[in-house]
Amino acid sequence: MNINLSIDVVETDNQTVLTVKGEIDAYTAPLLKEKLLPATAKETEKIIVDLNDVTYMDSTGLGVFISALKSAKEHGSTLTLVNLQERVHRLFKITSLDSIIEIDTTIRGGE
Amino acid sequence: MKKERLDLDDYRKLLKQYLLTHDETALYQAEQLSKLSVQHNVSPEEIIHVHIEALKELYPELQQEVSDSLNFLLEAMISYGLALQEYQSLREKQSALESEISVAANMQKTLLQTKKPTISGLDIGAISVPANQMNGDYYHFIEGSDGTLGIALADVIGKGVPAALAMSMIKYSMDSFPEQLRQPAQILESLNRVVERNVDTSMFITMFYGLYNTNNHTFSFSSAGHEPGFFYFNKTESFSEIKARGLVLGATSDARYNEEAVTIHDGDAIILLTDGVTECHLGDRFIERDEVLEVIEHYLHLPAQEAVEKVYKHFERLQDFHLRDDFTLIILKKET
Repeated sequence: MNINLSIDVVETDNQTVLTVKGEIDAYTAPLLKEKLLPATAKETEKIIVDLNDVTYMDSTGLGVFISALKSAKEHGSTLTLVNLQERVHRLFKITSLDSIIEIDTTIRGGE
Repeated sequence: MKKERLDLDDYRKLLKQYLLTHDETALYQAEQLSKLSVQHNVSPEEIIHVHIEALKELYPELQQEVSDSLNFLLEAMISYGLALQEYQSLREKQSALESEISVAANMQKTLLQTKKPTISGLDIGAISVPANQMNGDYYHFIEGSDGTLGIALADVIGKGVPAALAMSMIKYSMDSFPEQLRQPAQILESLNRVVERNVDTSMFITMFYGLYNTNNHTFSFSSAGHEPGFFYFNKTESFSEIKARGLVLGATSDARYNEEAVTIHDGDAIILLTDGVTECHLGDRFIERDEVLEVIEHYLHLPAQEAVEKVYKHFERLQDFHLRDDFTLIILKKET
């Protein structure tokens, strides 16, 4: 089983961009949580998560994004997901989480 | 923990055999002896001690420095012996924990037991198989006194013991609802509040709730982000996805749910499942929903219970009998 996940974090003024690569599942979700949650705990931060190279995500990953959203709201920050692959996007649609988490589908590309 | 002594005679014979003949079988036997020693909690320093004694017996004229250096080695090995002891004690603790979890799993089974109802004109099949000891999937049938049948199907995200505990909470909340509260949307809204208040932020639950009215054969339903099931329509001999959208339970406190209804005719079927069915892996490849549907279609003519079991067996075989996720499938057919 491939349990590789890498996350690059780039912080600039009031903005954090996380570029995630690999599979998000029960084994790798803690790493995502560890990198994402501190960003959401900053006040009025704009957080962008690029999921272009995420080939698989299961519901544990969704749980991390729900936590992140709640934390972002508490701190007046925003969370946006970009470049979702179809299979990953489907999960957000089925669970209707796309109605509460901002997902930008317009800049999908890079392949 | 009992400690056994290494048999000095055996060791000496083995050592002598090797030193005189350089025979590989003696080396092999030494390896076996090392395995046995671990099994019997013989510490490394004990082996070195026996080695020194054996060497002295074989070579009474042993150079003092060699003997001293072996004593030195013996001291250097002491921590390894302690680590071995610790390992043994951890193994014992682990086996105790495993048996406790198995007791908990059995308790969960008893707590969450649901009786598959017998309703004339309806043929119901249900199967739920956990991937690990504790099942994160849950289904429940609620027979109303007015000819209605409530069907709840839920999947707790997060695995193992916490998921199982959350499941018990759902079950008890549903049990405590008054009988008048049985419309799918109302039930999901109430449960959403319970989950939002009581469950860790990274945990959530997907749930489908359907209400079958046996008086007029309407099926009303709502979904809280649950993997969509299917209707089978006998008249057109076709499947259609159960379209119901709604937010997963526990994500926000004020989620509202839509409710839809369809009329079920003779020979129609309602197929409900969890994502353990559609998230099946075949090596690196996922099984597509169409393939899942093909398998269900293949067995749908069978009595409902037999059909769900056959579908399960099919996917169990495909995944080499190793489920990655809990698997739950319910089929409800209106008899002709």
